[in-house]
Amino acid sequence: MSEQVVDKRRRLFLTAAATAVTGVGAAYVAVPFIASMNPSDRAKAAGAPVEVDISKLELGQLIRVEWRGKPVWVLKRSEQSLAEIAEMTDILRDPDSNESEQPESCKNVGRSIKPEVFLAVGICTHLGCSPTYRPEVAPDDLGPAWKGGFFCPCHGSLFDLSGRVYAGVPAPLNLVVPPHEYVTETKILIGSSGGQA
Amino acid sequence: MKKLSIVLLVLFSSQLLAAGGTNIELQSANINLENKASLQRGAKYFVNYCLSCHSAKQLRYSRTGKDLGISPELVELNLMFTGEKIFDGMTISMRPKDAEKWFGVNPPDLSLIARSRGADWLYTYLKSFYIDESRPFGVDNALFPKVGMPHVLSDLQGLQKAVYKDVELEDGTVKKVIARLEIAEPGRMNEKEFDKAMNDLVNFMVYMGEPAKLERQRLGWKVLMFILVMFGIFYFLKKEYWKDIH
Amino acid sequence: MSRMLKSALGWMDDRFPLSKVWNEHLAEYYAPKNFNWMYYFGSLAILVLVNQIITGIFLTINYKPDAKLAFDSVEYIMRDVEWGWLIRYMHSTGASAFFVVVYLHMFRGLVYGSFKKPRELVWTFGMIIYVALMAEAFMGYLLPWGQMSYWGAQVIVSLFGAIPYVGEDLALWLRGDYVISDATLNRFFAFHVIAIPLVLVILVFMHIVALHAVGSNNPEGIEIKKHKDDKGVPLDGIPFHPYYSVKDLVGVAVFMFIFALIIFYMPEMGGYFLEHANFVPADPLKTPEHIAPVWYFTPFYAILRAVPDKFLGVVAMAGAIFVLFLLPWLDRGVNKSIRYRGPVFKASIYAFCISFIGLGYFGMQPVTEVGTWFSRIFSLIYFAFFLLMPFYSNIGQDKYVPERVEEK
Repeated sequence: MSEQVVDKRRRLFLTAAATAVTGVGAAYVAVPFIASMNPSDRAKAAGAPVEVDISKLELGQLIRVEWRGKPVWVLKRSEQSLAEIAEMTDILRDPDSNESEQPESCKNVGRSIKPEVFLAVGICTHLGCSPTYRPEVAPDDLGPAWKGGFFCPCHGSLFDLSGRVYAGVPAPLNLVVPPHEYVTETKILIGSSGGQA
Repeated sequence: MKKLSIVLLVLFSSQLLAAGGTNIELQSANINLENKASLQRGAKYFVNYCLSCHSAKQLRYSRTGKDLGISPELVELNLMFTGEKIFDGMTISMRPKDAEKWFGVNPPDLSLIARSRGADWLYTYLKSFYIDESRPFGVDNALFPKVGMPHVLSDLQGLQKAVYKDVELEDGTVKKVIARLEIAEPGRMNEKEFDKAMNDLVNFMVYMGEPAKLERQRLGWKVLMFILVMFGIFYFLKKEYWKDIH
Repeated sequence: MSRMLKSALGWMDDRFPLSKVWNEHLAEYYAPKNFNWMYYFGSLAILVLVNQIITGIFLTINYKPDAKLAFDSVEYIMRDVEWGWLIRYMHSTGASAFFVVVYLHMFRGLVYGSFKKPRELVWTFGMIIYVALMAEAFMGYLLPWGQMSYWGAQVIVSLFGAIPYVGEDLALWLRGDYVISDATLNRFFAFHVIAIPLVLVILVFMHIVALHAVGSNNPEGIEIKKHKDDKGVPLDGIPFHPYYSVKDLVGVAVFMFIFALIIFYMPEMGGYFLEHANFVPADPLKTPEHIAPVWYFTPFYAILRAVPDKFLGVVAMAGAIFVLFLLPWLDRGVNKSIRYRGPVFKASIYAFCISFIGLGYFGMQPVTEVGTWFSRIFSLIYFAFFLLMPFYSNIGQDKYVPERVEEK
């Protein structure tokens, strides 16, 4: 058709450049679409810190607060329970909470800022069921060694009153302790770890 | 062709007059979303003067703070008064039923007012209240006759009175129309200060109508540049291949 | 590497006609070599269709088809969803862009006689696409649930009420309620996101299959298949790929530039793409002062308003669309392209374009006496253009039409 000699290298180079610029363009276009599926500002707003008043919380009582759509437990433990918790290390999988998730300030035996007030996200670390609170000592179904704790009805995982998981049950980790801080002596802000609101 | 365009011109201009309903000309607001200080002042006027009756439920306090460069603490201190949370939208506690009893109409949500009315309309509207004892609140609006809203900004602007002029209609009758508005009782601000304040307020309302607007305009030219490069490559690619044809 | 690819392709071809489809429609589809810029709009229409489908899917993720939630969910997309504003503007601008591209595509067909034998079915499928597109756009416009959405839908659905005997029942059936309501919104949503898009995609497929069966027309109106070399390749044809694929890329880049310019700097397009009144939530108790359909419907809306009788107005409006279907059989001209048509036909095309644009303009304006009279004159020209075509289309055509595409 034409007398001109086709410059194959120029053609190849331009084709490569066109492919590259199309690829880069497509990648840029994909970003907003993919990002649009992230949690929106509304979802983030629902994840805002939640305030809870513990002035009326009684000994042994557990209250549930919704935070980011998940149940958060607030439990007031007795001196006796705290003493028992300190002694059960041998039947637990991760007694020192080395692998588990909690704020730095809660990396202690009681897994709490104030020893008696315990907070945890009430979701089993196995497959996401919400364990039941079983404060009674040595009930028939859980055996004589049971000193109170949490029992997951889905697959039978056991946790002590610090949310620490027993050895030999399906759940791999201790219950998650959410970031929280004391605004006053009796008011806790869940989802906030001091400083940043 | 020329005749046609004259006809079109006449048609169009007569419609402009008809559409307004008043002969008040719109004054143009100076909108600049890059001016954070203006937006911050506007936000303050908005929460102090508008937000008691009008909501802006689509706008979150947190977003406003972030976009306007106000820290969350300052947002809570300066913009939030009634115990909302920072992630909440700007809602009001007045119930629509009560509002209807008090004002005759339910004050509309203002989130998108700048998009439906336009900035110049808002700017002119805010400046066009004048004394009219026959109205329930003692004022009317030259741009929005029989308005149901009181002049909430009167402590800033003062009160204006209307100066009328006679206009002869086509059928020979004479009609009184508002020629201009004059300050009758001065407020805390002089005219220039008030204009600036209203401009800030309208600026904020434009932001409120589309918080992503600034981001959109900032991103736009980069996208256009990229497409330009793309065009260049495609153009040379096409030329190269089409050497075969001609 | 290339040997592996080749054997993979062979494996594939034994089971699925991949190479065959590729060759028939791209690499060995011979298109006339003299396409001009007006031939960009076909591929651009496909691009916009893809844009609408993809952005539409992502809007559906966050949109709520519920009269109580719809308006706020659109604002939720505009404000709370990451990049939601961009996706929404791509979709809303895309709707208008679709009509711009399709109108130009149809105009191209009109002036170069691309609807004439043997391409009557290509035109017919195209027209069905156009009607489906209007239904798609109309139903989509209700979804933001603003004042214009609501009252626009109210007016258009009421048009069906003008049909004698069954009209009122039909309008009721379409709405699923006595006024436009949540029920209407929900069903329009279903049609907008799945039913009509499916139909559109199938029709586009048929449109292209029909085109590739008969071959593309060109600005000269020459049938390139009349002159083939000994291998059966048209002498004036060139393979679509790579020649027109790379050429269309240039058109795509230009289109994207304009498209991006609108999205980033004027998404409302002065109230033509996104109407101001639609930023006010739908209020069944209060009609906005001036309602007008979106710009792409206004020529037909002006015809509707030009007729002083409700029923006849609807007939005229429907007729204005229907008469387009008849175009292949109304035009008796021997030559295809406007380049070789008679002066009467050329003048008629001008008159038609002025009328169509004039109708579009007056359809946007509030009713005035002068506007109505202009609309009536333009409507008459519009119909005369089509209905008189059998009589004037053959007058004074060029005797000479080149046999081959000539080198310039």
